[in-house]
Amino acid sequence: MLSNLLFDYTLRTVALGSGIMGVVSGVLGAFAVLRRQSLLGDAMSHAALPGIVLAFIITGSKEPLVLMIGAAVAGWIGALFVMAIISTTRIKQDGALGLILATFFGFGLVLLTWVQARPDAAQAGLDRYLFGQAATLLERDVAAMAAIGGAALLVLALFWKECAILSFDPDFARSMGLPVHLLSVLLTSLLVAAISIGLQAVGVVLMSALIVAPAVAARQWTDRLGVMVVLSGVFGAVAGVGGVVLSGAAARLPTGPVIVVCISALALISLLFAPRRGLVWNWFRVNRPVARQGA
Amino acid sequence: MKTEQPAIQVTDLTVAYRDKPVLWDIDLTIPGGVLMGIIGPNGAGKTTLMKAILGLVRPSAGQVLVYGKPYAQQRRLVAYVPQRNSVDWDFPTSVLDVVVMGRYGALGWFRRPGKREREQALDALARVGMQDFASRQIGQLSGGQQQRVFLARALVQDAQVYLMDEPLQGVDATTERTILRILHDLRATGKTVVVVHHDLQTVSEYFDQVALLNVRLVASGPVAEVFNAATLRATYGGQIAFLEGRDPGRSAPEPRAGIAVS
Repeated sequence: MLSNLLFDYTLRTVALGSGIMGVVSGVLGAFAVLRRQSLLGDAMSHAALPGIVLAFIITGSKEPLVLMIGAAVAGWIGALFVMAIISTTRIKQDGALGLILATFFGFGLVLLTWVQARPDAAQAGLDRYLFGQAATLLERDVAAMAAIGGAALLVLALFWKECAILSFDPDFARSMGLPVHLLSVLLTSLLVAAISIGLQAVGVVLMSALIVAPAVAARQWTDRLGVMVVLSGVFGAVAGVGGVVLSGAAARLPTGPVIVVCISALALISLLFAPRRGLVWNWFRVNRPVARQGA
Repeated sequence: MKTEQPAIQVTDLTVAYRDKPVLWDIDLTIPGGVLMGIIGPNGAGKTTLMKAILGLVRPSAGQVLVYGKPYAQQRRLVAYVPQRNSVDWDFPTSVLDVVVMGRYGALGWFRRPGKREREQALDALARVGMQDFASRQIGQLSGGQQQRVFLARALVQDAQVYLMDEPLQGVDATTERTILRILHDLRATGKTVVVVHHDLQTVSEYFDQVALLNVRLVASGPVAEVFNAATLRATYGGQIAFLEGRDPGRSAPEPRAGIAVS
């Protein structure tokens, strides 16, 4: 199995792509979770679907890079709609997110069904963006993912301390003169980039798991922002590569869902067993003194 | 006292949320070098006034000058201590890192805090008696300790004017003593300190100047001159009437007994 990972070209490409996706979504997902924007990630990944189909209709191309850009634009517009609804109406964030997620995703499904009926589209395999199909990743797709993801991580590194204080205390950041609104748009845009590079492998429906779960798992093991963000990226990568290897080992298991199962397992283990914050740890801390008294 | 420029000059300030005025036509002068308390009932706009001075809420009308210029040009002169419950204390960061954040404004873009910033932060933590907690996660602190960390973060900003939103709300006795000592130290070095405060009984003891606020500014100036039964009734009167309405069996409380209302 591991030797396949080293020597099988296709498997190696797919694993590399899924690993890159895991790192980028884990790192940027950490900020989304800390800023309580996990659901925004979910809404944006669902909102990407009409963008993918429209990009295909407009360009006639099924190049992943073209569809990725379509996905990013639609996800971004979805996020803008959410912010506009919150600031101009009495609808709260959860309502706005639900509304945009359902509207965009529904519109995307309508477009997808319609375009699949066209003879030229039948081969395009756009429906793989629903649940993802990592096996279709080619070397140049992985190169595009690495370029976009690397750029996103570089920008985050440059604005690290601003993003940190924005996430912890936005009012204080603004009182110091930081352009909080612009920084917030920047972080959201980076999250859109992270989502759009993961859609081919994991799909719009399950992508939010790769935004939220690595961060939730990482938070359990550390009290430092830097460590948490790195760990979140590592967990994402482990799940990405692990999911590819596992689905390769057991025939006909779909890669995307297996990746999601892997990251969910990591999150579950972390929630249960992490020192100090884990449920099991807390259970022992609460119960041990009582047991001693009884003895 | 002094004829020089006031630290903060608020003119004709009105702030509204969805057509409802939160602050109405405020004219407030805060002289340099004073320790001023801002008091008023819940919903009086105390926090909003502070946020309007800091440019965190956009006024419908009016202007704020800090030493004669708009806040945007004078940011370095102002340090801010937000309400403690305005942030998530489970955020993965250490006490020291939070205090270092106070230096971010002076550091500017792309520069990372280094040894110098960490030493400044440790000094500030020592001033608030929190040096032994530098490497703790902030969620492991008590409420009073968290408040002292926020104060330390404002101290490293090394400002001329300090705006503090309810720093004494619900803190332990040690924290209260520490904060008061620092307020007096700041004033002794010529700084201006403005504190949103809730406890009417301690106003004359703690502050030189007071502003009584209830959407409108009822009065402001030296405590001895403006803090009396008449201004308190004008500020808290509505709430006292409200209590009478709910409990008609009791006689109306004395204006000073209105202290219990807060």
